[in-house]
Amino acid sequence: MTKNAVISVKNLVKKFGTFTANDDLNFEVYEGEIFGFLGANGAGKTTAIRILSGLSSPTSGEVIVAGYNAKKDPEKIKKNIGYMCQKFSLYGDLTIRENIMLYGGIYGMPKSLIKKRTEDLLEKLNFLDYGDRMISDLPLGLKQKLAFSVAVFHEPKIVFLDEPTGGVDPITRRQFWEMIYETADRGITVFVTTHYMDEAEYCDRISIMNEGRIVALDTPERLKKQYNAGSVEEVFVKIARPENRPHPPAPSPRREGEKPMKA
Amino acid sequence: MKRFLGFVKKEFLHIFRDFRTLIILFGIPTAQILIFGFVVSTDIKDARVAFLDLSKDEVTQKISDKICSSGFFRRAGDLENFDEIDLVMKKGKVKAVVVFGANFGHDLISQNKATISIIADGSEPNTATLITNYMTAIVTDFNREFAGSSLSGNLLVQPEVKMFYNPEMKGHYMFVPGVITLILTLICALMTSVTITKEKEFGTMEVLLVSPLKPLQIILGKVTPYFLLSFINVIFILLLSFFVFDLPVKGSLVLLLTESMLYILMSLSFGILISAISKTIQQAIFISFLGLMLPTILLSGFIFPIENMPKAYDWVSAILPPRYFILIIKNIMIKGTGFLYVWKETLILIVMTVVFIGLSVRNFKVRLQ
Repeated sequence: MTKNAVISVKNLVKKFGTFTANDDLNFEVYEGEIFGFLGANGAGKTTAIRILSGLSSPTSGEVIVAGYNAKKDPEKIKKNIGYMCQKFSLYGDLTIRENIMLYGGIYGMPKSLIKKRTEDLLEKLNFLDYGDRMISDLPLGLKQKLAFSVAVFHEPKIVFLDEPTGGVDPITRRQFWEMIYETADRGITVFVTTHYMDEAEYCDRISIMNEGRIVALDTPERLKKQYNAGSVEEVFVKIARPENRPHPPAPSPRREGEKPMKA
Repeated sequence: MKRFLGFVKKEFLHIFRDFRTLIILFGIPTAQILIFGFVVSTDIKDARVAFLDLSKDEVTQKISDKICSSGFFRRAGDLENFDEIDLVMKKGKVKAVVVFGANFGHDLISQNKATISIIADGSEPNTATLITNYMTAIVTDFNREFAGSSLSGNLLVQPEVKMFYNPEMKGHYMFVPGVITLILTLICALMTSVTITKEKEFGTMEVLLVSPLKPLQIILGKVTPYFLLSFINVIFILLLSFFVFDLPVKGSLVLLLTESMLYILMSLSFGILISAISKTIQQAIFISFLGLMLPTILLSGFIFPIENMPKAYDWVSAILPPRYFILIIKNIMIKGTGFLYVWKETLILIVMTVVFIGLSVRNFKVRLQ
């Protein structure tokens, strides 16, 4: 299989004033791959995702997403991606069908197509009887699954999942990952951040960020071998808190007074 | 455009599904109009008055009859001595007592002069002032009749006070412009700031921003329903005041509606600004109430005249948009003046709108960076 890069990042730098949130990032994400984007809180993940999804503009460097430059054509990128954030993103006072109709419409899908796909989706999720129920009546697990389905409803090239399984029970998380696999099989690239290290094992490749830089990027197996670790969790801890550095370094003058970034 | 319409439709669904929003939109205007119109009446009607008649002659009889037949006052009883005045007042049975001195009729005819005392309940200063004014007017009126019938040629000049624009001193004239202003401020500023902040708080705003919808489309989509509903509300309030209180629009209806649209626009942009600077719904509500609702009620001239305020309050009031809008509608509705008389206020509102929109856009850009 030839590897087609759908995301290509070269020398990405993002600065907020004197604070460097993303420091010279370089990576590629290939078509149909599940790419895990890991890092401790404050490592700069959210900043990177915002740039990749066209919400924020890079300070310097070249970012190509779905064939478009993030600096020049963020609007074209937006049409070709799906997005699901850690906060629940459907409207509680609208029914399932109305929510889908809304997002389908926002992405410019024709009504007939939305209707057809809605029925297919409801059937697949065994939800046919609940289509006209308010979202607020559904349990959290179902809501998250539905939010994911809505994020890929317009068949984007890439879907960004920002901690999609926060607060969800293990069984639903498992089902959720089955849905992610299915989506990747359809050729949609999945770009996912997570705090659950067992989930990182499910990814095709993972990158680990620390203090604004990508410090590791490979398949979970090779990373485990490289760091002589039994699990991704061990790899993560070794990278984020190296043993030869028991205390965090003293802050350098230029980073004083910066606000802690939410990752 | 199709994307935008779908988004607007969703906003309407939010509004019509939420009982509380509906109450604010349509219940509060109706309630306020009816409350201000019927309950908070600044007119007096059938105020209870007691008489202490120490003379008990034909003239005192005539005067007290005249007072009671005016429609403003009702006879609540006759007192026998001065001590009873305090008693009935304290019991709250009467709003005022009229005292005729002994030999009232005799003095009036022989000396052409007699004393009548009007004692009003000063614990309600507004009502007391109204009662004494009305009472004086009736007595003056009696004086003239009396002089005309018996003492021809010796007429004193009687001052005649007449209220321009509001001849019957109707309170409605005052509160309809006030209520329109209050409602528009409430719906536009408060509701838009809340509905936009809600999307931020619930995380749906992020998804919308990542979508192909442009930020401007999102904001317009959020405020369009409120713009339409506010406009409907203005018409609704005008109809209500016309049919329930017989209050017509004297000036140009088109001008009035255009000015209302301008004010709606101003309030909406203020609401957007509030949502841009607040992170939670509570914060948005707090800012809207303290920053806009209370000043609208207290300082805009709606209830308390600006002329009577200390200078400092006058300055505060000068930066509040409601003050200008109340002036505009009062001019158009009650005085029937045209655009030439309100262009300054209109200009101020336009400038304020532009400033608010500018600040919101700047704030939005900073957030997106």
